[in-house]
Amino acid sequence: MSSSSVAVVDYGMGNLHSVASALEKVGDGVKVIVTDCPETILGADRVIFPGVGAIRDCMAELKARGLDEVIQEVAAQKPMLGICLGMQALLESSEENDGVECLDILPGAVKFFGNDLHDSAGTRLKVPHMGWNNVAQTIEHPLWAGIANDSRFYFVHSYYVDAPEFVAGTADYGVQVHAALACENVFAVQFHPEKSGEAGLRLLRNFLNWDRPVASFFPVTG
Amino acid sequence: MALAKRIIPCLDVDKGRVVKGVNFVGIRDAGDPVEVAKRYNEQGADEITFLDITATHEGRETTVHTVEQIAAEVFIPLTVGGGIREIKDIRTMLNAGADKVGINSAAIHRPDFVKEAADRFGSQCIVIAIDAKRVANEADGRPRWEIFTHGGRKPTGINAVEWAIKMVANGAGEVLLTSMDGDGTKAGYDLALTRAISEAVPVPVIASGGVGNLDHMVAGITEGLADAVLAASIFHFGEYTVPEAKAYMAARGIEVRL
Repeated sequence: MSSSSVAVVDYGMGNLHSVASALEKVGDGVKVIVTDCPETILGADRVIFPGVGAIRDCMAELKARGLDEVIQEVAAQKPMLGICLGMQALLESSEENDGVECLDILPGAVKFFGNDLHDSAGTRLKVPHMGWNNVAQTIEHPLWAGIANDSRFYFVHSYYVDAPEFVAGTADYGVQVHAALACENVFAVQFHPEKSGEAGLRLLRNFLNWDRPVASFFPVTG
Repeated sequence: MALAKRIIPCLDVDKGRVVKGVNFVGIRDAGDPVEVAKRYNEQGADEITFLDITATHEGRETTVHTVEQIAAEVFIPLTVGGGIREIKDIRTMLNAGADKVGINSAAIHRPDFVKEAADRFGSQCIVIAIDAKRVANEADGRPRWEIFTHGGRKPTGINAVEWAIKMVANGAGEVLLTSMDGDGTKAGYDLALTRAISEAVPVPVIASGGVGNLDHMVAGITEGLADAVLAASIFHFGEYTVPEAKAYMAARGIEVRL
């Protein structure tokens, strides 16, 4: 792995320091490149597509830098990990900012938790969904290797993914949150692995070791 | 299976050292902030809050460096507060590795600062830090708390509950609520204040100020309806560890990350 490289897509949406330093921590010499350069991103062995903030700005920044097409190309070619807003941007559309068309790489929509969210016992739930929640692994996948089912990961988001297929993990927060999606060489998580302690670092290490996406990891759908 | 209530050790840092005073007087040294942060991370803390109480400019350079060192070793959320006055202060701290910044007196001087900060960096990283004290009741007999600045010495006349509502409307994604009556006293959080604010805002509330034992932390959650509980001295001086606090809370039916 020492000769491999991972590009962290920098498009002005949030602080990438944590992602980069977590990758360096687990990377065993992997070259971590924080960049908005299309050629560099396309030349890397793996790509992390992070993001925090609002989806309209996210899509605008991607388009302004020509990175929307780059992400499409990466998604077709090499291991890619979407994180938080980076995950949401991969879907068809989001309800945030009065409705925004996203990259449509994965099927599904991003929905608002609402202002009247309750758990099954009727307790009011705060929005954003902020803190450590359990993630139930719904498929076997190389990125879950060595991570106990129902491990807690750190979330912070007000909009959540609702996908019809390719769900790899779920969390419960008044609604069922699709906390992880997996489709061929794309893996996407709503939580922040770079802020999720040992479980998160393990997921990042698994990503850096993930070489050959295998179609049979995924359940038959449709 | 639910979202865990968070336990947040707080590092009050002055000129590169963790300190903790009783009502900001009688400050005791509690160690090197990087070592202390690593220790809490290893103990399973859910998050770390770093409050810079350094007054001088030179000291603030030290703070940035310390935050960088913590962020390179501790992969849980890190909130940095103290001295955040301008957009560039936020950018500096986020670039140093903070995940959230706490804004306190700068918001009182200029309430739009929180809105500008949230627009620029997103609500998820803007914490409104509120230092409140109980004052004379409202005319109708309801309790009243006001915002105080300068370590609790200077009243502002601002109603703390109304302020929390306003700052959340301006884009703050979380409230760090410190009872200045309780801070450093070990007499427990101001539960009525915590509950009043937690019920008034849609975002998470962190209870702070006054923890002396683990029952106080439990009460902060169950009676104060806090989403997270912050403590400093009970952890710094080894009275309790984070795992002890979590086990105690879990035994009382509170969802925690073990």
